[in-house]
Amino acid sequence: MKVAVYRKEHFNAAHRLNNPDWDEATNQRVFGKCNNPHFHGHNYELIIKIVGEVDPATGYVMDLKVLGDLTKQHVLNKFDHKNLNEDTEEFKNLNPSAENIAIVIYDLLRDKIDPKFYMQVRLYETERNFVEYPV
Amino acid sequence: MVYITRVEHFNAAHKLFNPSWSREKNEEVFGKCANENWHGHNFELYVTLKGEPNPDTGFVFDVKRLSVLVNEHVIEKLDHKNLNIDVDFMKGKICSSENLVIGIWNELVPHLPKGVQLHCLKLYETPRIFVEYYGN
Repeated sequence: MKVAVYRKEHFNAAHRLNNPDWDEATNQRVFGKCNNPHFHGHNYELIIKIVGEVDPATGYVMDLKVLGDLTKQHVLNKFDHKNLNEDTEEFKNLNPSAENIAIVIYDLLRDKIDPKFYMQVRLYETERNFVEYPV
Repeated sequence: MVYITRVEHFNAAHKLFNPSWSREKNEEVFGKCANENWHGHNFELYVTLKGEPNPDTGFVFDVKRLSVLVNEHVIEKLDHKNLNIDVDFMKGKICSSENLVIGIWNELVPHLPKGVQLHCLKLYETPRIFVEYYGN
């Protein structure tokens, strides 16, 4: 019997949306306020979903403390209180939109989690804007 | 007396940094918040007015008008901005939530119509960290 379990984490980061192939006016038009050259920031809420069979020995799908520790080690340590554009390898050449951040987080965690589990990332950029990957 | 609150929000970058200290001292005191290249938050601002309900409208103050005033005089200056660099009223100040809430109070009060009493500003930096200011 499959059950979904979730771990919530959060990190605070600065970013800006900018496409270096476009001129300033195009970036302004497409990304609006999010293009501010001095950056802005968010409290990101991250939810990792794991789906799998309940282990009869523990009653767990997966130990959520372990999931929390993996997320802290591989995601939060890189992104918390950082400037995503300037301080991280992952977004040196990738626009740090919520979509791209979710994909990057998935890729950072996927091979740390047993492949028998389905995994999905949900990332809230604000209370009203959130993305999921994969779908 | 009734207290009425309007909630607004803005997203901004900042860092905590005292320019008269060394980088090491800043990191020692402010930790991750001193990150040179900024970090950011979704700030929530609770603006509370106090007064007697107007007998004609039943309102202490029209909260839609309050929202317009707060957006025009506060949120537009802060939203999607870098608090340390882009905000005139934070120039020369450490961009803590404490200093920011005082700055917001001072920006807002001159634009409130006569007789409207600002009671409290509550500013959430994260869902678990907030400050309150009552104007004194």
